[in-house]
Amino acid sequence: MAITREQVLHVARLARLRIPEGEVEAVQAQLGAILDAVSKVSELDLAGAEPTSHPLDLVNTWDEDISRPSLPREEALANAPDPAENAFRVPSAG
Amino acid sequence: MTWEPVIGLEIHVQLKTRTKMFCRCANVWGEDPNTRTCPVCLAHPGVLPVPNRRAIEWTVKLGLALGCEVAPRAVFARKNYFYPDLPKGYQISQYEQPLCGPGRFVVPGPAGDHEIGIVRAHLEEDAAKTIHVGGAAGRIHGAETSLVDFNRGGTPLVEIVSEPDLRSAEQAKRFLQLLRQTVVELGISDAEMEKGSLRCDANVSVRRAGEAGYRTKTELKNMNSFTFVARGIEAEVERQIATYEAGGEVVQETLHFDPQTGSITPLRSKEEADDYRYFPEPDLVPVAPPAELVASLAAAIPELPGARIRRLEQEIGFDLAEGLVTSGRDRLYERVEGDRRAVANVIMNQLAGAGVDTERVDPAELGRLIEARERMPRTVFDEAIGRAAEPGFSAAPYLEQQAVSDAGELEPAISAVLAAHPDQVAAYRGGKDGLLGFFVGQVMKATGGKANARVVSELVRERLGA
Repeated sequence: MAITREQVLHVARLARLRIPEGEVEAVQAQLGAILDAVSKVSELDLAGAEPTSHPLDLVNTWDEDISRPSLPREEALANAPDPAENAFRVPSAG
Repeated sequence: MTWEPVIGLEIHVQLKTRTKMFCRCANVWGEDPNTRTCPVCLAHPGVLPVPNRRAIEWTVKLGLALGCEVAPRAVFARKNYFYPDLPKGYQISQYEQPLCGPGRFVVPGPAGDHEIGIVRAHLEEDAAKTIHVGGAAGRIHGAETSLVDFNRGGTPLVEIVSEPDLRSAEQAKRFLQLLRQTVVELGISDAEMEKGSLRCDANVSVRRAGEAGYRTKTELKNMNSFTFVARGIEAEVERQIATYEAGGEVVQETLHFDPQTGSITPLRSKEEADDYRYFPEPDLVPVAPPAELVASLAAAIPELPGARIRRLEQEIGFDLAEGLVTSGRDRLYERVEGDRRAVANVIMNQLAGAGVDTERVDPAELGRLIEARERMPRTVFDEAIGRAAEPGFSAAPYLEQQAVSDAGELEPAISAVLAAHPDQVAAYRGGKDGLLGFFVGQVMKATGGKANARVVSELVRERLGA
């Protein structure tokens, strides 16, 4: 399945990936190969088959609405690169 | 030729479950920042979400109240975008298979029922709270850094999407108010716009009356009161009409309404923001609400506000019925005996006006006050109303203070008032009936509010009619 150069750049931008100019073509070929592999499914007669959203044949796995302790704030913020005022400080998303 | 507004609403309701949607951190409001987090809602590597059963049940319950079909099988989906309030880089939401499908919500209006189509109601997780600092206060633009508080991150949120069936800002506001009251009565959310537990975006377009199809719509974001929703929509409708009449075109964009200035400004361009690459959430299995559960939830739904407005309208007219029901004050109204209109008026105008909490008012005592109100001096009645919610309130001491109804006692005051206002007397005799209220008011003033206004009114009319 063909994927265009524009599609590669668009998806890269959405994923915040910088693809060097010289590699766009290679990525284009790789993504095309993946789509080809997946599209083999459409060779089957799938009339009446429900889309599989999960490999396990299970429904309704859930938990009761009973709270458990949260992390102490110091632990929650331990991995924050720039904590401030008891919060995660980040560059402004303009 | 006239223009017709076409409005659809997207409403977010924060569920007041005890815990978050996919982890068991407490779901609380107003706690110290980042004290209700865990590896799941902070998106540490390797963690797995576990849905909150109560949140699923409540969403089904709300869907039933909105006349929606409950899906036999619902699937959570990932909505992918990058923003600091979303630590996983995606929000767990629902896309192609929401919990609640198409429905119809009946909104009573002064000129009959209006049925608003519901596209869907789905369950998702809320984003964290972001405070922008270092720039212009409150607004996204101009800030330099942001402080993120993940207490709200991952709490359950229901998104309700209406069809573009609303035709005026007033109608949109009425729909939203009724929906809010419904949510509150189902006991699933506080639904307070000021606190953000009820949020509303509006999709707005206009078209020529009679024109088929829809024109380009814009999206008005996050208006945090019923009044702002109505004013924002009105302003945007006017802007679009002006654009078309000047020969221009409306551009699809997301807009911010500033209630202070009434201005509308673009937030961000739509094209890129809307490419969310939804796909089924691989970490969660589908939800298939058991039929018995749906049936028991349906059976537990009480008489809904819309139906109560229609029922009470028979007794007291639409405006009072709507006011009582959408403020939740009809509970008191239904328990107070006496003349229906008088009871409704006192609750809506006097009690509400005095800021009295109607939930704490003894209906029997209030009924006694209302029954006697014409025989009481106005000042005494007002004082009693102001205290009606106090613990152990009794009407008895106020009822003893009868208004002066004796003609002989009132005559001197009436004579003095008429003598002091010969011009008004002449005008009244000349046909200005409206001046009756003026004379009554003057007599009430002269008697220190102790006169029976109805008796004064009759006496004045007799005196001047002769």
